[in-house]
Amino acid sequence: MNLTLKVWRQNGPEDKGRMETYPVSDISEHMSFLEMMDVLNDQLVRDGKDPIAFDHDCREGICGMCSMFINGEAHGPGRGVTTCQLHMRSFKDGDTIYIEPWRAQAFPVIKDLVVDRSAFDRVIQAGGYVSVNTSGNTIDANTIPIPKADADEAFNAATCIGCGACVATCKNASAMLFVSAKVSQLALLPQGQPERELRVKRMVEQMDKEGFGNCTNTGACEVECPKGISLTNIARMNRDYLTASLKGE
Amino acid sequence: MLNSKVPQGPLAEKWTNHKNSIRLVNPANKRSIDVIVVGTGLAGSSAAASLAEMGYNVKAFCFQDSPRRAHSIAAQGGINAAKNYQNDGDSTYRLFYDTVKGGDYRSREANVYRLAEVSANIIDQCVAQGVPFARDYGGLLDNRSFGGVQVSRTFYAKGQTGQQLLLGACSALSRQISKGKVKLYNRHEMMDVVVVDGKCRGIIARNLVTGEVERHGAHAVILASGGYGNVFFLSTNAMGSNVSAAWKAHKKGAHFANPSFTQIHPTCIPVSGSHQSKLTLMSESLRNDGRIWVPRKKEDAQAVREGKLRPVDIREEDRDYYLERRYPAFGNLVPRDVASRAAKERCDAGFGVNETGEAVFLDYASAIERYGKTEANIRGLENPSASEIKALGTEVVKAKYGNLFDMYKQITADNPYETPMKIYPAVHYTMGGLWVDYNLMTAVPGLYAAGEANFSDHGANRLGASALMQGLADGYFVLPYTVGDYLADDIRTGPISTDHPAFEAAEKEVTERIQHFLNNPGDTPVDDFHRKLGRIMWNNCGMARNADGLKQAIADIRALREEFWKKVRVPGTATQYNPELDKAGRVADFLELGELMCVDALAREESCGGHFREEHQTAEGEALRNDADFTFVSAWEYTGDPSEAKLEKEELVYENIELKQRSYK
Ligand SMILES: Cc1cc2nc3c(=O)[nH]c(=O)nc-3n(C[C@H](O)[C@H](O)[C@H](O)COP(=O)(O)OP(=O)(O)OC[C@H]3O[C@@H](n4cnc5c(N)ncnc54)[C@H](O)[C@@H]3O)c2cc1C
Ligand code: SF4
Ligand code: FES
Repeated sequence: MNLTLKVWRQNGPEDKGRMETYPVSDISEHMSFLEMMDVLNDQLVRDGKDPIAFDHDCREGICGMCSMFINGEAHGPGRGVTTCQLHMRSFKDGDTIYIEPWRAQAFPVIKDLVVDRSAFDRVIQAGGYVSVNTSGNTIDANTIPIPKADADEAFNAATCIGCGACVATCKNASAMLFVSAKVSQLALLPQGQPERELRVKRMVEQMDKEGFGNCTNTGACEVECPKGISLTNIARMNRDYLTASLKGE
Repeated sequence: MLNSKVPQGPLAEKWTNHKNSIRLVNPANKRSIDVIVVGTGLAGSSAAASLAEMGYNVKAFCFQDSPRRAHSIAAQGGINAAKNYQNDGDSTYRLFYDTVKGGDYRSREANVYRLAEVSANIIDQCVAQGVPFARDYGGLLDNRSFGGVQVSRTFYAKGQTGQQLLLGACSALSRQISKGKVKLYNRHEMMDVVVVDGKCRGIIARNLVTGEVERHGAHAVILASGGYGNVFFLSTNAMGSNVSAAWKAHKKGAHFANPSFTQIHPTCIPVSGSHQSKLTLMSESLRNDGRIWVPRKKEDAQAVREGKLRPVDIREEDRDYYLERRYPAFGNLVPRDVASRAAKERCDAGFGVNETGEAVFLDYASAIERYGKTEANIRGLENPSASEIKALGTEVVKAKYGNLFDMYKQITADNPYETPMKIYPAVHYTMGGLWVDYNLMTAVPGLYAAGEANFSDHGANRLGASALMQGLADGYFVLPYTVGDYLADDIRTGPISTDHPAFEAAEKEVTERIQHFLNNPGDTPVDDFHRKLGRIMWNNCGMARNADGLKQAIADIRALREEFWKKVRVPGTATQYNPELDKAGRVADFLELGELMCVDALAREESCGGHFREEHQTAEGEALRNDADFTFVSAWEYTGDPSEAKLEKEELVYENIELKQRSYK
């Protein structure tokens, strides 16, 4: 199929940036979206032009690196998939496709479609862990049984890939879904209890410091999240935060 | 002469005795010692976190935007540990034995035993960190079994075990970053190691965002930079996985061990066209219930390829379940190397079932029927119809493998509940890597290698769920001791100055190479060369190898390398984010490694594990090992040209296990 791509080009964080138009032809429906981008970049290099920078690594929906805003949707059309899992069969001959980076104050553009998401890492560093040393001299793994339902729910929260689609899609650029996923995972497990309140306070503080917006319960994040992270995590985090703040005063 | 430094004493006491006898560095002195860790996968994150926790100043490097995105994140199936929670007779010895046998008797006994010994602690550690492993209804940890073993010792978190383990290790890392004990350098690529007066004293790194080339000094450097399967271009590795860190170390004096030992995983989604950028693994667990077959008649295979015949319309007697036919005892559950070769044999003989002729069927129809019947019995249904049975069976299969079936459908647009899946082997893991001694130190003092980047534990074939175990064992439990022993000599050294001429020379070389790429008047994109290299490697140094093919491959790679340096076009500048430039550097190194792999495969005149030399097979086409002449590790020393690399042999001594020919018939 033949397509017209309108792609965001931005030559570094200071550049204003603009949309540019690229025709691509002979695209097979079996290609992944990123393979289609490879074809375009191959052409650009051959033509002596600057290829489009975009983030990607695993190309199977797990590393969280890929991050394109396609036709106004984070990770493009389709639910429960990352950009790298999107296939060209989702498009048809003659389509015009708009491709932009994640847009959020806390995610500055590095180049073209590549943004800096280290704010996420700093939120985790603020408390998204259990303070246990790595000596291996802990108790036997089966000493504390954990009800299967809790373990499964903790696992579901823990499947967040840290891609940032939730932030990109939120009109307030809020990171609540991402942060609440980590808070919930540890809040649901016995190992996470001792630091539960401190953790949520520190992580929320850091989240605010990074310039993420407030949550107004729109729920767009849940819709676009490729891993189906649930809004109930946000509710859980809000409860924990409230408890922690009341006690703190 | 390479010295493996395996401690004396009985196998089961070696590690404990060694730990008790090695030197320690006191806490005050640790604060004045710097350690660099390249890589933040399971091996790197766990090493960096542990060393920082002990008091060393750690710098951690990764090329991705976040340590959490290291390729360990993609591991699916699980992690082994000799916990014997299932009470099925598992033990440290059994895990050790299975790993040595699975590796076709080409690994070092003492290292493997230590791995098995610390495996149980890994699970304790991960659970304490909040890793949400799968649990049973009693709230205890659940296990599954994996290929090549007879016990259930694999711990898992659905199909995302690697993700959960890596997030656990990264949480330990994050904790140390927040304390200021680890400084993280994300979007940084290690460009070279720096050796001063015979000791590794730092690295040259490049900030991938600004392009700045930086010098970093340290008293010891640990490479945990992952595997090099991407030398084949197409593999199940992430796009960025590369050999450069290990290769640079090799060029600075570290030996490269068994470079040709590659694991080709039997169940991956086949190549669909020339645009293909990577391959996707379908978990090994699918072989538990799926049956693998191709049409018995060539004309049927051709009709299937041309889309004129549907596989479901091929009658039972016209199907060849070739694994069940060739290996009645193990059937579809033979080890990975055996299953992969058998698929290739059928496809080469003209029985492949997709347009490219390189695919076989993985069929769930019998499993659906079998589970459906059982389910109908359980529910007390009398004379259920075929469609009722199918519906019930489909539910069961969905519960067990739903996410994998969805993934398959997502990629191929075929519905695997209705028609058999198509699969083909793909490059997955590299057993070879930097040669290390018992302490995980390379031949360069102060330079260590951990995780997939070293060669240490898997011999000629790795068992499923053992790579994650090895990465965490190296990082959490081995390096923290052994690195300390080495650093005990460095307590009075003081900070490593980066003004030394060795740093200057290394930096100059790095900068010159970058400039060469950018100024080269070529016209061909990097990927073109990478694809061509992949093709050469796959055809000649893949599932089956022979002397003529390997010799031709060596000549072809040398020619391709020459062409690369003349014709490659790298756009952009050196002072900006420039992925094409990063790729060019990596492919340049792959073009050298590929040659060494062929040299290694040519020198090893036997078949073992993933290394199958067509000249060395039994009358039935099975691998034929040559223990009399090849019970050694091939450790290659760089001398300026991959074809001139010098072979050093580390003889493998088996004191606790008797060498046997593997048989799965
Ligand atoms: C699809 C798939 C599924 C798998 N499933 C399983 C499984 O179920 N069980 C199992 O045991 N094993 C499995 N494996 C194998 C296992 O995942 C890997 O062997 C293991 O995770 C490797 O870990 P590592 O820490 O050595 O390296 P990686 O996790 O690959 O990390 C490498 C690190 O090095 C960094 N790096 C590399 N080069 C440089 C450089 N030049 N400069 C700076 N940084 C650099 C990267 O940024 C990264 O942080 C699987 C592998 C694949 C591909
Ligand atoms: S919550 Fe979902 S959208 Fe947000 S970072 Fe995690 S996986 Fe991505
Ligand atoms: S590239 Fe890893 S999730 Fe898309």
